[in-house]
Amino acid sequence: MTHVLELISTWAIPVVVAVIVFYALFKKVPVYSVFTEGAKEGFKTAVMIIPYLVAMLCAIGMFRASGAMNWLVDAINPVTKLIGLPGEVLPMGIMRSFSGGGAEGMLADLLKEYGTTSQIGRIASVALGSTETTFYIVAVYYGAIGVTNSRHSIAAGLLGDLASLIAATLIVNAMWF
Amino acid sequence: MMNYIWVAFVVVAVIAGAVTGTMDDVLSNTFEFAGTAVDIAIGLIGIMSFFCGLMKVIEVSGLCEKLGKALSPIMRLLFPEVPSDHPANSIIALYFAANILGIGNAATPFGLKAMQELQTLNPTKRIATDAQCMLLAIATTSITLIPVTAIGLRAGVQAKGAAEIIAPVIIATAISTIVGVFFTIVLGKTKRWKFDNVVARDMAAGVLEINEDYIGDKPIVLPENYGKSDDFSKGDDSAKSDASAKGDDPAKIDENVKKDEVQK
Repeated sequence: MTHVLELISTWAIPVVVAVIVFYALFKKVPVYSVFTEGAKEGFKTAVMIIPYLVAMLCAIGMFRASGAMNWLVDAINPVTKLIGLPGEVLPMGIMRSFSGGGAEGMLADLLKEYGTTSQIGRIASVALGSTETTFYIVAVYYGAIGVTNSRHSIAAGLLGDLASLIAATLIVNAMWF
Repeated sequence: MMNYIWVAFVVVAVIAGAVTGTMDDVLSNTFEFAGTAVDIAIGLIGIMSFFCGLMKVIEVSGLCEKLGKALSPIMRLLFPEVPSDHPANSIIALYFAANILGIGNAATPFGLKAMQELQTLNPTKRIATDAQCMLLAIATTSITLIPVTAIGLRAGVQAKGAAEIIAPVIIATAISTIVGVFFTIVLGKTKRWKFDNVVARDMAAGVLEINEDYIGDKPIVLPENYGKSDDFSKGDDSAKSDASAKGDDPAKIDENVKKDEVQK
């Protein structure tokens, strides 16, 4: 099973890329120039997240070096261990619902601290990739049309976030650990 | 919100550093991590450029529209109250497709447009309808084939194995979307959150606003001289709801509604 999933991960991008560019060529799109045109945006996107990464990584780096992170992790570990989630991931999991940039900074910190193929690094990556920032989405989407009573949207969104964190833990543990 | 979290991290770190005597580590980490942040972002440039280029190709080739058409039967299931000839249908399908293909920049405008279209089916001005809640549930739980940012950050730290999370992410995002959709349907039927109940509560409190652009066939008819007479207001209660209707923090409003209910 792990083997199959790893194969999917390895094959997904190359196959998807090939299908997309072939389809585009078939539709008579000038693929090469359109691709390079779009790629210009990539620089802007990457540079745009620098301020968020700096803000979050510095604060987390200080928090970690002071020993406070260890206290926090020791405190939450007994609970999160029940589902096999290392306590280190939980702060990022919570941040995910509030701030995309903040969560990305915390993921970068975890990846640097524990490595990309560690249990912590993998669970955190999957959890970040599988959901969106609930409070941001609610504010932007309802804000745009003037809706102020979001009814159960936040509750449902947060339950979805929780599900993604639990699912990330179970899947990563089943696949690799 | 972020203000408090960020300041809490920094202040707690300094206090803890003072207590444990690790202040020199705290200092050196501050500078080291600032540099690390830039390193990671630089590592991210290449992979982001690649995917942005690919997304542009998807956009121009019309693949998104094609996928949207293929997805429309699922739309009918999730948005039963949207008439089949309403323009919201095609935009919601496009939004789905853009999300799946990971075209983040294109997805948000589609999503906002879809919300606007759904607003024409909303008899009220300020209360989200079931269809709008469903669209939001799908937006917040995200369905994605390639988690570009997570892969990019991984590649920024170490290129090897950066993409190994794709399969687990596809499974996890499917689970979170199913859970989000499930609870959107279930919670939407509860006494507290059912659309008709929320409307009735607002009407009783005298704060209900009617959507003038409503094009559906079940408009809400307000009693004559509604909002002008004092019959409907309930003193303190209505003042509080009034304030909440003007605020734009949805979480706060939910809390206020809860308070309202308790008081009643």
